[in-house]
Amino acid sequence: MNASRRGFLKSTSAGAAGLLLGFYLPERSELAAQTAATGTPAKVNAWVRIGTDDSVTLMIHKSEMGQGTVTSLSQLLAEELECDWKKVRTEFPPIDPAFGLQGVFGSQSIRSGWMPLRTAGAQARDLLVRAAADRWAIDKAECHAANGVISNTVNASKLTFGQVAEAASKLTPSANVPLKTPAQYKLIGKSMPRLDTKDKVTGATKFGIDVRVPGMVYAAVARCPVFGGKVVSFDATKAKAIAGVKDAVQISNGVAVIADNTWAAFAGAKALEIKWDEGPNAVFNSGAIRKSFTEQTMQPGASARKVGNGAIGLNTAAKKIDALYEAPFLAHAPMEPLNCVAHVRADGCDVWASTQMQTGIAGLAAQITGLPPNKITIHTQYLGGGFGRRAGTDYAGEALEIAKAIKVPVKVTWSREHDIQNGNYRPASVTRFAGGLDADGWPLVLTANIACPPMGGGGSFGGGRGGGVDSTSVEGIADLRYSIPHMQVDYHSVTGGVPTTYWRAVGYTQNTFFGESFVDELAVAGGKDPVEVRRRLLASTPRLLGVLNLAAEKAGWGKPLPAGHHHGVAVVNNIGSFTAQVAEVSVTAGKLKVHKVVCATDCGQVVNPAIVEQQIRSAIVFGLSAALKGELTIDGGRVQQSNFHQYDVARMDETPAVEVHIVPSTEAPGGMGEAGVPTIAPAICNAIFAATGKRVRRLPISATSLA
Amino acid sequence: MATIRFTLNGKPQTVDVAPEMPLLWVLRDTLGLTGTKFGCGMAICGACTVHVNGQSTRACSVQANYIAGKNVVTIEGLSADGTHPVQRAWIEKDVPQCGYCQSGQIMGAAAMLAKNSKPSDADIDEVMKFHICRCGTYQDIRAAIHRAAELQAKGGVG
Repeated sequence: MNASRRGFLKSTSAGAAGLLLGFYLPERSELAAQTAATGTPAKVNAWVRIGTDDSVTLMIHKSEMGQGTVTSLSQLLAEELECDWKKVRTEFPPIDPAFGLQGVFGSQSIRSGWMPLRTAGAQARDLLVRAAADRWAIDKAECHAANGVISNTVNASKLTFGQVAEAASKLTPSANVPLKTPAQYKLIGKSMPRLDTKDKVTGATKFGIDVRVPGMVYAAVARCPVFGGKVVSFDATKAKAIAGVKDAVQISNGVAVIADNTWAAFAGAKALEIKWDEGPNAVFNSGAIRKSFTEQTMQPGASARKVGNGAIGLNTAAKKIDALYEAPFLAHAPMEPLNCVAHVRADGCDVWASTQMQTGIAGLAAQITGLPPNKITIHTQYLGGGFGRRAGTDYAGEALEIAKAIKVPVKVTWSREHDIQNGNYRPASVTRFAGGLDADGWPLVLTANIACPPMGGGGSFGGGRGGGVDSTSVEGIADLRYSIPHMQVDYHSVTGGVPTTYWRAVGYTQNTFFGESFVDELAVAGGKDPVEVRRRLLASTPRLLGVLNLAAEKAGWGKPLPAGHHHGVAVVNNIGSFTAQVAEVSVTAGKLKVHKVVCATDCGQVVNPAIVEQQIRSAIVFGLSAALKGELTIDGGRVQQSNFHQYDVARMDETPAVEVHIVPSTEAPGGMGEAGVPTIAPAICNAIFAATGKRVRRLPISATSLA
Repeated sequence: MATIRFTLNGKPQTVDVAPEMPLLWVLRDTLGLTGTKFGCGMAICGACTVHVNGQSTRACSVQANYIAGKNVVTIEGLSADGTHPVQRAWIEKDVPQCGYCQSGQIMGAAAMLAKNSKPSDADIDEVMKFHICRCGTYQDIRAAIHRAAELQAKGGVG
């Protein structure tokens, strides 16, 4: 909309003063003024609101944590709605059964939204067209909707969406509205600029931590340093002596200090004197955890996969190798520390949260407050990263308990130390491999014995447990796509006294490192090229073979590299997508440099290629942090690291150039948020082997493995 | 409590706060300017970067009394309407993902470009490696800084 049209709208609705102001007001104020002037937009259906000013407001029922849902889900809706993309605004709606489960995890947003959102857009367009047809008393087939305008093909008159939205909202939706064919797409498959960028470069975006509610107080919680520990007693005298501290309240998870600002709340929480019952987890330390996990892998476990017979394979192999791989506990460390605002009253409850689990928080709020679900409102905010950590609800539970006790709105903010030390974590794990080759040096057998804490403890997920197997703990090995005659995967459910949960790419984060490294070991043991071995074993998995070949070709696999540079490769099929990465590294005087990563991905039909590429670049840096640096250690049941000085992450100067190649596809969309994470560590470590002859079997990559 | 007077985004500002309260919380909790973000509280992550007398400064680690009489600029005051060359370059390159660290990244980049109008990749890394982004937008940030340098050379018009 140009400035004069905006001014015109304002002059017709708000008088001449509005017209004069209209040219000078910043866009946000203008928009607000328009909304106020035009009243509540008509709800055409659950996802679509249209104002009389033709503004289009789309409901984003999933969270935006950087993965681009606000933009890409809008593309799905707007494609079929045929609205004017320039007039699209978005909102995060409250809980509504029409949306199904409201939460983001498992790279599901596009996959689960692909059909319902296009259908919702098409149904809304159909309603608008029918309302126009009724107005003109013609058949809807004689109407054509495009760019927010409905044309009468009989007499060439036009109606805007805004002019018929109210009438459309009163019609009954048609059941079977046909969807477009790919050839008709105007938005799907296009790199539409992100809708959330402008506010994110001016500081205007409201994240959960930015919520301010009238009468709100601030809280910080002192939690037991040992997981599962309980408060025996506490003395808040010193805390209450701090300026700004108002009160201290015991909750199930610790003691909350209430203050009139965040800084005083943090200081108050530190000043509390608390006697803890540390409970049974105080005995754990990293050395003993590694030892016990390693011992478990020497015993038969629950069967996660059996093809052929592992024992026969190993007995008949011409050459055998074995290896023990290890990965540490990891924190998610999203840049926005956990937080939640809650207001519990006798007649209702409001929760403002940057969360991946709206539906779960609504259920928890009903449980804590005793209020019926229709009295509970979840206000979803933008997330400053999630990576799985915000798929839990612990931060909301604390806020709800405190709010219930103090009866005024409260914002609970976690310090970075709380985030690192009181979290739920990517589990540490150990996997023991044994493998063998046939007389020609091709892989004949691969057995894996996995010891990994199930990823349900302390988090929101139970994981799929069948026959004693936690499916998330074995994914990445149990579902390796290689055709090897004998494959056997066993699983041991173990504990390190540390709550565990999903971490971006879940089991694949460690298991793809283990599996893709060991497959490389088999290739080397057979005297074969690592790409050649994978090609042979993936002959019956064409999409994975396709990305392997594409990445190898684009990276120049097998061709000369700059002096001292070496390639490593890894592939993965996770979250419905197929991804291959070739890393180019050098190791000079014990120092690793990752120069470049070439990534090929086949994620089915692509909604927004630029966002797919962003997600790959993002995933590579996320995986790089774990490969190079990520490690939490436990002593006396406590996490020993506390902030980024001890739990460092990848920085700009360590980030490789990334080249992304997307395979054109007509398959159903795959996930993307987690697709690029699993392969970066094994691709780098396989390249380190090519450079040094040393095999990295434990993350993070240590100085000794590079010496 | 102390009465502290300073200049905030070009306007005189007075606050009554504990003198040792970090500037970050003065901005966020006392004044409601939430564009400046809390990330670590110990000047390691860069999310809270603001300008104090033109210098890139971690707001979590300077006390309120330090800013008395000084000129503080936050992301909200970098430009009136998001048109600072760095912001324009960020929009052009669609840099942010979750966006949480970007206020700090932008303030850090703007302070650097004020001193070094044509930074090399190495110059950029040397400053920006002290800003953490968990979404991994680093390559996009570096490209946007080069673009911002071009826009700045053209007087912010381009």
